[in-house]
Amino acid sequence: MDMDRIKTVSEYISEGERPEILFWVGCAGSFDPRAQQVSRAFASLMKIAGIRFAILGDEEKCTGDPARRAGNEFLFQLLALQNIETLKNYEITKIVTTCPHCFNTLKNEYPALGGHYEVVHHTVFLNDLLRDGRLKLAGEIPGGALTYHDSCYLGRINGIYEDPREIMKQMNADIREMKRSKAGGLCCGAGGGQMFKEDEAGSKRINLERVEEALSTGAGTIVSNCPFCLTMLTDGVKALDQQEKVMVYDLAELILQQKSP
Amino acid sequence: MLSILLFTLLTLGGFSLAFLNFRKIYRNICLGKPEGRLDQRWTRLKNMLLVAFGQKKMFSLWKPAVLHLAIYLAFLLTQIELIEIILDGFSHSHRVLAPLLGGFYTFLISAIELLSLFALVATVIFLYRRNILRLSRFQKPEMKGWPSWDANLILIGEILLVLAIFTMNGTDRVLQQVDPQQYQETGFFLVSGWLGPLMFGDYSASSLHLLERGGWWLHYLVVLGFINYLPISKHLHIFLAFPQTWYSKLKPRGEMENMPVVMREARSMLDLPPVPEPASTENESPEFGAKDVFDLPRRVLLGAYSCTECGRCTAVCPANLTGKKLSPRKIMMDIRDRSEEIGRNLDKGKFSVSGYQDGKSLFSYILPEEIHACTTCQACVEACPVLINPMEPILELRRHEILSQSAGPAQWTAMFNSLENNGSVWPMTDARSAWAEKQ
Repeated sequence: MDMDRIKTVSEYISEGERPEILFWVGCAGSFDPRAQQVSRAFASLMKIAGIRFAILGDEEKCTGDPARRAGNEFLFQLLALQNIETLKNYEITKIVTTCPHCFNTLKNEYPALGGHYEVVHHTVFLNDLLRDGRLKLAGEIPGGALTYHDSCYLGRINGIYEDPREIMKQMNADIREMKRSKAGGLCCGAGGGQMFKEDEAGSKRINLERVEEALSTGAGTIVSNCPFCLTMLTDGVKALDQQEKVMVYDLAELILQQKSP
Repeated sequence: MLSILLFTLLTLGGFSLAFLNFRKIYRNICLGKPEGRLDQRWTRLKNMLLVAFGQKKMFSLWKPAVLHLAIYLAFLLTQIELIEIILDGFSHSHRVLAPLLGGFYTFLISAIELLSLFALVATVIFLYRRNILRLSRFQKPEMKGWPSWDANLILIGEILLVLAIFTMNGTDRVLQQVDPQQYQETGFFLVSGWLGPLMFGDYSASSLHLLERGGWWLHYLVVLGFINYLPISKHLHIFLAFPQTWYSKLKPRGEMENMPVVMREARSMLDLPPVPEPASTENESPEFGAKDVFDLPRRVLLGAYSCTECGRCTAVCPANLTGKKLSPRKIMMDIRDRSEEIGRNLDKGKFSVSGYQDGKSLFSYILPEEIHACTTCQACVEACPVLINPMEPILELRRHEILSQSAGPAQWTAMFNSLENNGSVWPMTDARSAWAEKQ
């Protein structure tokens, strides 16, 4: 399909218009090759649904989540305050993001620093679009069964369990829950700054523990909602040499594959 | 009367000693930073009623929840019998409540007996789970030695208490037939009503009397022992679960405590106008984050004292599950142990709270590799039946390590540098919107 360029907020404003929502892409969505695909998939879906969204481009900085959780409050404050100034200048009130870490920090931590926004995770946003009929799904999921990995920052920490599952139900998919799911979901191992350093000494990598559990469901597709989980789970599938049989997708990618033409 | 004198002395002694020890615990919890004024009292009350009183979170694991409920209900109701024991002890009466309450007395004691029977079964199963089944969450390194003894001693104490009740009531039942002048009719108690005649039916009146008094004294001595054992045990949750759930954090789970001092500094560095200062709630600590218990909110120390070392947090911790040293339970136990150590030093008069310096800190108990292993997934927070948050002190220790010690994993330094220079976690040269151009 014809993809017009994705516009930045400043481009909208220079054309005398305003976007209805800001797409917060995040570091992973901007730079990690796999997560970039998710950013593109989600942007395509918003275009299909006719959403007038914008990005910040180079004016977006890391929300500061990894710095704050690693203990570097000063760096967190520097990043967050700069972002809040940018968002203030553009009078942004509504933000959607594909990253649960960005989602959590924008939603729960920026208010104490003076940044107040309506923040939506893309799985919730997409579910709303499907509900409103602005997006439509066709047919059944190829490859049969799915298993869904609750990311900590969307699930246990922000209590969003049902929107992604509602979407998968509409795909007529055979959803096979892992034993540890929803509030009891097991972490992929990336959060709290772990993504950016070697593991501490131990007997096993956390992503292997999680992927083994996902594989035990027999599902051919592992569905994720977080770019860091996506990396961790994909690495785990490769480490267990299952990449021929099992795919790891972000939910937005599945919807894009399934959307009705 | 000799027995009234003895009873009075024991009661005064037992309760005074317990009072002194509980006061020390209060003092130790107050080593932490005071909280601002408490908001949302209705929500707090609701949390306390549902989680502490109603044990809501216990039921995520139904087997121990049911067993625990039996012990909990028996404990609650037995207090009525304890009140009667105290009244009888001071007035040298026998079952002073029986004539007052009549049939209701029979019902109450029967209910206590029934629950005590369930509690006895539960206690035995708990001992079995810990010592024979050896459930893995009870076998972690931090449970070696005293913590395991502690748990078993509590369970043995509970068995003693229940046996005391049944001996007392069972012999009383037989004595009501043998010596109706002294032992008034109380009606048929559900358990001792048949257990008494079965066990003690052919005992002589004098041994029955001795056993009845023995059971009565044992019950009371176990209670006095228990309230004095509590301050050194992990069993404080029976009281502290209530304040613990009341004081637990109500902010969104995903929000780390803001650091206004650091925010002020960052704002001035960015040439942003200073924000109006909130009325200073804290005396500004020279430390960032937490080095010692003095730097943690009182809420966290209360959590450490409320912890009953059940290990549900550690059992779901992804780091612990994959063999890393981090155990959220150990973090809470360390915080308590450190508070106790400071308390003991204060008692000895060697140090005073202001400017306390004994050359040790929480880092003498907790290794960097423990705090570095946390993924901040909050599985531990979700798992705790009394709303303790073990992640909060872990992150406060990280803050101290990074901001005050300039230490921490070298790879994090690389991430920080990239964030500082590029505004991104990875040092990238591409434009941030490059993803949108690709296909």
